[in-house]
Amino acid sequence: MEKTIKKSALSISENGLEKKNSSKRLEVLKTYKIYIGGQFPRTESGRYYMPANAAGTKLANICLSSRKDFRDAVVAARAAVSGWSGRAAFNRSQVLYRMAEMLEGRKAQFIQELVLQDSTKAKAEKEVNLAIDRLIHYAGWCDKFQQLFSAVNPVASSHFNFSVPEPTGVVSIIAPQGDSLLGLVSVIAPVIAGGNTCVVLASETKPLCSVTFAEVLNSSDLPGGVVNILTGKPAELASWFVDHMDVNATIYCENNSDRRKMIREKSATNLKRVIFYDKINWYSDEGQSPYFIMDTQEIKTTWHPVENIAGAGGGY
Amino acid sequence: MAKAIAKKKSNTIKLKFDTSWSYAPAPESKSAATINKQYNLFINGAWQQPLSKKYFDTINPATEEKLSEVAEAGAADVDKAVKAARNAYEKVWKKMPAKERAKYIFRIARLMQEKARELAIIETLDGGKPIKESRDFDVPTAANHLFYYAGWADKLAYAFPNRKTEPLGVAGQITPWNFPLLMASWKIAPALATGNTVVLKPAETTSLTTLKLAEIIQEADLPPGVVNIITGAGETGAAIVNHADVNKIAFTGSTNVGKIIQRAIAGTGKKATLELGGKAANIIFEDAPIDQAVEGVVNAIFFNQGHVCCAGSRLYVQESIAKEVIRKLRDRMQTLIVGDPMDKNTDIGAINSKEQLQIIQKYIAIGKKEGAEMYESSCRLPTKGFWCRPTIFSNVAQSNRIAQEEIFGPVLSILTFRTDDEVIEKANNSPYGLSAGVWTDKGSKIFNMTKRMRAGVVWANTFNKFDPTSPFGGYKESGYGREGGLHGLLPYLNLIN
Amino acid sequence: MAIAKSDQMIPDFTLSPHIDQVGVEERASRFTKRSIKKESKMNGLKLVLNMIDLTTLEGKDTDGKVKQLCYKAMHPHDAYTPLAGDSEGAIPSVAAICVYPSMVKVAKKALGNSGIKVASVATAFPSGQAPRDIKIRDTKYAVNEGADEVDMVISRGKFHAGEYNFVFDEIACIKEACGKARLKVILETGELGTFDKVRRASDIAMLAGADFIKTSTGKISPAATMPVTLVMLEAIRDFYYKTGKMIGMKPAGGISKSKLALHYLVMVKEVLGEDWLTNQWFRFGASSLANDVLMQILKEKTGLYQSANYFSVD
Repeated sequence: MEKTIKKSALSISENGLEKKNSSKRLEVLKTYKIYIGGQFPRTESGRYYMPANAAGTKLANICLSSRKDFRDAVVAARAAVSGWSGRAAFNRSQVLYRMAEMLEGRKAQFIQELVLQDSTKAKAEKEVNLAIDRLIHYAGWCDKFQQLFSAVNPVASSHFNFSVPEPTGVVSIIAPQGDSLLGLVSVIAPVIAGGNTCVVLASETKPLCSVTFAEVLNSSDLPGGVVNILTGKPAELASWFVDHMDVNATIYCENNSDRRKMIREKSATNLKRVIFYDKINWYSDEGQSPYFIMDTQEIKTTWHPVENIAGAGGGY
Repeated sequence: MAKAIAKKKSNTIKLKFDTSWSYAPAPESKSAATINKQYNLFINGAWQQPLSKKYFDTINPATEEKLSEVAEAGAADVDKAVKAARNAYEKVWKKMPAKERAKYIFRIARLMQEKARELAIIETLDGGKPIKESRDFDVPTAANHLFYYAGWADKLAYAFPNRKTEPLGVAGQITPWNFPLLMASWKIAPALATGNTVVLKPAETTSLTTLKLAEIIQEADLPPGVVNIITGAGETGAAIVNHADVNKIAFTGSTNVGKIIQRAIAGTGKKATLELGGKAANIIFEDAPIDQAVEGVVNAIFFNQGHVCCAGSRLYVQESIAKEVIRKLRDRMQTLIVGDPMDKNTDIGAINSKEQLQIIQKYIAIGKKEGAEMYESSCRLPTKGFWCRPTIFSNVAQSNRIAQEEIFGPVLSILTFRTDDEVIEKANNSPYGLSAGVWTDKGSKIFNMTKRMRAGVVWANTFNKFDPTSPFGGYKESGYGREGGLHGLLPYLNLIN
Repeated sequence: MAIAKSDQMIPDFTLSPHIDQVGVEERASRFTKRSIKKESKMNGLKLVLNMIDLTTLEGKDTDGKVKQLCYKAMHPHDAYTPLAGDSEGAIPSVAAICVYPSMVKVAKKALGNSGIKVASVATAFPSGQAPRDIKIRDTKYAVNEGADEVDMVISRGKFHAGEYNFVFDEIACIKEACGKARLKVILETGELGTFDKVRRASDIAMLAGADFIKTSTGKISPAATMPVTLVMLEAIRDFYYKTGKMIGMKPAGGISKSKLALHYLVMVKEVLGEDWLTNQWFRFGASSLANDVLMQILKEKTGLYQSANYFSVD
């Protein structure tokens, strides 16, 4: 059974690679759209751009998302917060696992897209495998990181006091440019594993996988709006990503010091939490840990009196 | 039976708190405290005259009398302090075995306990808070905080699973005027325990106890430069924030200044912890233990003259009990003693500064203009100094400014609600998210409420409780980072694989 | 506390307000932070002395013992001479003598027209485990002997069993039997177990006709504490606001030092205010408190710390 699947996956992949040579039938090309609130609209701006690979092959017509697309995506993300963060952690874990299953099922397509975007086949396969494994890794964390980072605090008064992590809310993410699938998955997974929702700007130069990944999400029991994926240019959108008043945190993964400075400055408008992941090697083990989840968590501390009667030394 | 009497007398039923038996003045003696005529800067383990050559007066807000004069550190002084801290970090503190570092912090904590009475007196003289509070809360809690973090110094390897830690370097710390010594302790204790060195600036109206802390640090023989205390106002603070060799900014103060700091450190790689403003919702349900809730409300808004960032300044009362709660609150307010902060019976001391009093008065005027119903206790106020009666506004609307903006004084806005969902929505309807309170006898409702309230500290059936082991800090525009507890360590550390 | 819609209906006592124990204790301890100095201390001490129900409730009580106690009640410390300029003059007598019914007549006679009241415990004190008709006869006996006040105990067993109407009816019956005598209802808070139950019992007692509510018999530990007294004072305050009727409060047992008594006074002042700061509405049930108050008064007067050897025990 397993063998058959692999074989068929490979054959699709080969077909895909051979598409330029095929003359038997006219191929149906895929339209790459953005992903907002569980829907696949085109950008409201009607604009597009056409990235090319190193060989100069045009990849596709890619939506050049506008600030209004971002605005709509934030509305969708905000609407999804209470439902997603309110799910049982176990349930979020199931959904992330389902995402991994779906990704595994469409592995061939991702490899094909990565190869088209200048990866080698071996490297592409490794990247997809790691992306799947990363989702599994975070699926497992959904109902565990809280236990690691919570505390029952031994206060000196007669109170029960505990601190637990809670999702910060809506996170805007400018994904890594390089590892267009693995990087994307590595930044989205910890954010949603912790119960946040997000709006992600995919790699500008290598956007194909992000849209296909959105299709994976859409078939993964992930509620609409939890992850919203836009394509376009950080140069146009980065400032909108960080000065929107209804965004709680911004993750920035490019290595651009001017933009980093701009992001930190603009984050002051509503004191967004700002996280920079410009130096992470997503291929290594440092690319995954519960500390990434904690980057978009808040610590809430709750107090309640503890009654102590008679023998316990109370005044009663 | 009862009904008939109630009808007859309902207009005359009133408790009289202006009693024939009253409390004689019980002032704490000033003689147990020494305040120098002038204070210099504590840099590199020694008292140094400011290069700026400038000094400013610090006054007692209860009498408007000058207590002392304090150096105003300029940019060159800040640079000197940062260099001392850097030098101490590289040459001494970073290399010192953690258990030795711990013992220094323990020693400072002990000395603080030994000098508790003097510190309490000076805190009250300089800041205007009741001696009862500085004696029973500020000073002991400050010492406890040092004790708590001292113990962490050699245990950091246990704090972060699968990670090693390293200190950040030099921490620039700026504290507010509402809890001067306590905030200094909140800043210094975790910074030292994690191996950082410190340049700390107290607020300009309340420098004295922090300078006393510098004396304690000197007496404790802490290696020179590990903690530098420099005084001054906003410009001095800005010089710390903008100094290139500072690795970390820890700030407690207003949200506005927090935002300025956030912008200032953009592009620098400096880490920050910001503990900023708040407008905490305190929610009372009809099934609450009402008398304890009323006491909680008093503690939430009148503690430290309401100069508390986590003060419960928005009271949401379920409509069915609103009248009763307000009546009880008014009675309770009549028994609050406003006046000489040095008197051991004083509940509400002096407003910290003339500027702050003007801000509070501005908001009281706004509240009246907005049509809310004002009630203030009928106590007499001293003629000199800065004073504000405990004040409540009822019939406040969610859209009123007194329900949205931080007043930072003994002024409470009371709003009513009908359902759980309504009050949660209103409580979270704020750019702030520092603290919140909920009062109900129903356990499952408490967990529902505390979970849904977007605030860093939630008090259920209690309010304004603090403990060194308990993390404190905000959501949203109330800032980020935590102080206190295990979670208070991370803001001073890098985690390494 | 719910007041019945109709006068005929007995309220649902399970609706009494809930009490958070930690909050009550915090509040109670805040009263102890008041610093009572100089003239306010002197005035407070005199007030305390004047609020004492000087008590002897022992199986071995005799006429002789009660007579001695009555003399002490009238002449707390005859050696005391007011200094010049002391407008208050001599120190006051106590409020009442509290004895068993069999001692009422002796006490009444010994006290004569001193104005000091005689309070008698009744209703099968201290356990209250007797049939109602016996309790009524016990009460009537004490009143007929001349008791000005009756200190009854509630049926704690019935209360714990949830038979609130039984407890209510019993208090109402005793109130009727008291005639003109004022009725103090002892809740025996040390047996109730929670503040919620103390509050509920207070509400029952007040609605059933109590003139005073009282914490304890003195036979069960813990007896009076500040937190439990606070809960009862708050019940009195709420009842006053609902009905306009003032109810008195008597903490009893465990208050033997004047400093603690002054803390109680602070609590009364700040919860109920001026009207309750009189022995008409507030009493201390105590036996050894009086001498400690006298020693403190003398200390204030002379500046010297006092020795018990100079103060008569009875």
